[in-house]
Amino acid sequence: MVDPVLASRLQFALTTIVHIIFPVMSMGLAPFLIYFTWKEIRTKQPVYEQLRRFWTRIFAVSFVVGTVTGLVLEFEFGTNFAAFSTTAGELFGGPLALEGMMAFMLEATFLGIFVFGRDRVSDRLYFLSSIAVGLGTWLSAVWILIANSWMQTPRGFEIVVENGNRIVKLTDPLAAYLNPRFPYMFIHMQNAAVESVALFMAGVAAYYVFRHHVWGYPIKHIDFWEKTLKIALAVLLITAPLQVIQGDEYARHVSETQPQKFAAMEAVWETDSYVPEYIVAFPTDVNDLLNPRTKDLFGIGIPGGASWLASGGNPQATIRGLESFSTKAPPVAIVFWAFRIMVALGFWFILLAVWGVYRWWRGELFEDDLLHKALMASSLLGFVAVEVGWIVTEVGRQPWVIQGVMRTSAGVSPSLTGAEATFTLLGFVAGYILLLSLYTYVVGRIIRAGPPPRDELTQSDAAHIQESEVTSGD
Amino acid sequence: MTNVESLATKPLFGLPLAELWFALLFFIFGMFLFLDGFDFGVGVLFATRNDDHEKEQLLAAVGPFWDGNEVWLVVFGGALFAAFPSVYANLFSRYYLLMFAILAALGLRGLAPEMYEEREDDRWRTLWGYSFVIGSTVTPFLLGLFVMNWLVGATGLITPVGVLGGVTVLVLTIVDGAAFLGLKTRGALRDEMRDYGIRAAVGYLGIAIITLGVIYVTEPGLRSSFRSITVVALVMLTATLTGIYTVALRRRRYYAAFAATATLVFGLVGLVATLLFPFVDRTAGLTVREAIISTLPLNIMSIMASVLLPIVLGYFVMLYSAFSGPVDTEETYG
Repeated sequence: MVDPVLASRLQFALTTIVHIIFPVMSMGLAPFLIYFTWKEIRTKQPVYEQLRRFWTRIFAVSFVVGTVTGLVLEFEFGTNFAAFSTTAGELFGGPLALEGMMAFMLEATFLGIFVFGRDRVSDRLYFLSSIAVGLGTWLSAVWILIANSWMQTPRGFEIVVENGNRIVKLTDPLAAYLNPRFPYMFIHMQNAAVESVALFMAGVAAYYVFRHHVWGYPIKHIDFWEKTLKIALAVLLITAPLQVIQGDEYARHVSETQPQKFAAMEAVWETDSYVPEYIVAFPTDVNDLLNPRTKDLFGIGIPGGASWLASGGNPQATIRGLESFSTKAPPVAIVFWAFRIMVALGFWFILLAVWGVYRWWRGELFEDDLLHKALMASSLLGFVAVEVGWIVTEVGRQPWVIQGVMRTSAGVSPSLTGAEATFTLLGFVAGYILLLSLYTYVVGRIIRAGPPPRDELTQSDAAHIQESEVTSGD
Repeated sequence: MTNVESLATKPLFGLPLAELWFALLFFIFGMFLFLDGFDFGVGVLFATRNDDHEKEQLLAAVGPFWDGNEVWLVVFGGALFAAFPSVYANLFSRYYLLMFAILAALGLRGLAPEMYEEREDDRWRTLWGYSFVIGSTVTPFLLGLFVMNWLVGATGLITPVGVLGGVTVLVLTIVDGAAFLGLKTRGALRDEMRDYGIRAAVGYLGIAIITLGVIYVTEPGLRSSFRSITVVALVMLTATLTGIYTVALRRRRYYAAFAATATLVFGLVGLVATLLFPFVDRTAGLTVREAIISTLPLNIMSIMASVLLPIVLGYFVMLYSAFSGPVDTEETYG
């Protein structure tokens, strides 16, 4: 039997790691779907209807799986972290309820119209429903990140003892909800979602474009894939640099508000100044991998880089080392390497975007087979970056579930037995393997099937197509 | 306008907010049980179909709606967490394995129609057809079990009263689903569904009365509540409405039958709420007033909920009117 605390933590970690994939897919796809719908209605070009229908299918599947895993996440606060829920419920439950009422309802009801209602409602209502769906996904993130960011930088509350329980009492709702971490987290997350989906789109499109233009396979609707690739690259060119610039500010904010997490991200054990930032780090033996200390690592570092990052421009600045904190450090190896992977990926995405757009500008976008291979290989790396980013955020704040207020180990349900927790943990491992396989299988099928053929487009649109073909000649 | 100072110290407009949130919570649960209830019912009735076209019709009937319907459960969880966090924590951790069984059943049910539509081959469809039926049967049963355990304050997971409660809710979803299919289908399929609906309604009345009787005998703590005028009225209402439902279906008045099921669901939920009150968690001995959050967040949540819930109901009116009338199985994704 696994200890109930450990089993609950593993189970929660597993649930969040699996769940985040699906909201990232929906949040990232949302602006694309709004754009496709808008263009479809305005230009009547069949390619936009294909784009809208094709990516809506992936959205719909992601939404279903996201609902299933999200419900698990919501329930787990009560089942496995009852002590946390009792203590923090007054502050934490509100955002969850508001997410349901304000965001999730909007998304779910209008998704019904958006997925099934193209021929049933007017163009105007249809376009509005695409916005409602998108707004719903983004508002969900607002409330969930309010809840999460409050745990990172808790504000606007006091601790009282009630019936022997320590309870967090809300005293200042604005300070609590608009806590210092929230804006950093929200921008970083939303941009990451759009960037990840752009990478995914680019990778999928590159596969078809590559097969057609480089290998000479006949591909149906090649213009669909060319369009997808261009739109994805354009979005990547905006989101990739933004992610790194904003991430830099985010890191500085972390060093101010969660110095222990920052020290773990940089594996700084003794307080030091002029700390270098390793862009690429190599462990020289296995101990450095499992117990990284920046000093012992071999790597390409910017002298004073980490100090510069922490202080906002002073390479001489002092970074407080992990050994100077009264609580035990988070698992440094996980945080340190996850952070390295995220940063490296962030720079790689910028390179990809610039490379792709440069080829496009030169008129060689469809010929560069190395670029296509790089895009295909990177199609899922946005999701990897999101995962490791969340690992930095969540593992990095340990041992705290609410920074400085409540330890994670104190948040676990007191009545939970090791047997129960182990049983459900095993169930989840099996369940999530099944869920992820099915999701991959279904998305794979959608991608292999390609866009809906134009002769199957809806009646009303067939009329529009003929019209637009007559007028625009394309 | 209420100023910030009084928001922190006095309940909004002097309203009994703890009691209102208790009622709101059960209203949200009722919405879930009514709306997702017919999805479950359709899933159970799916088991009676052999014809592929009829199966498609059943799936298409709930297609645009079930996502939105299920969100009421998410909102219920969120609202319980927000207003009565200690109850949320106690209930969910006390019935630990039951909660996970509900999640697994709901997951299966959610996945099944999506997967069913994915491929055309027979073995695949048989597999996901079974999953759809099993998920749709087990979920309402477990939800009934959970609510009944919550009501009587059971300490075990599977109790005789709980099992009866599970069957009651399961049968109610069939009543609900049959009425919904009366609106969404036509011809022979509709007539058969009508027959199932009538039989289920009779069964529901029977099992509900047995369940109430067993609670009366086995739970002495609840006996006094049974003599309250509300409980008596709700029981009579249930009996009358099953009658109205049956007559409406016989006369092919499908809207009336569907309205009757809505009232039946809220009647059951109202009965549970009345029997539970003034407690909100009997096992922990917590009354509504003891378990509610403090004044400031309660006022804020009340303002938010009073603005948001009418808007949400508006979405549902819009959704259901966009897809009113019988299903067209030509409509699929995208």
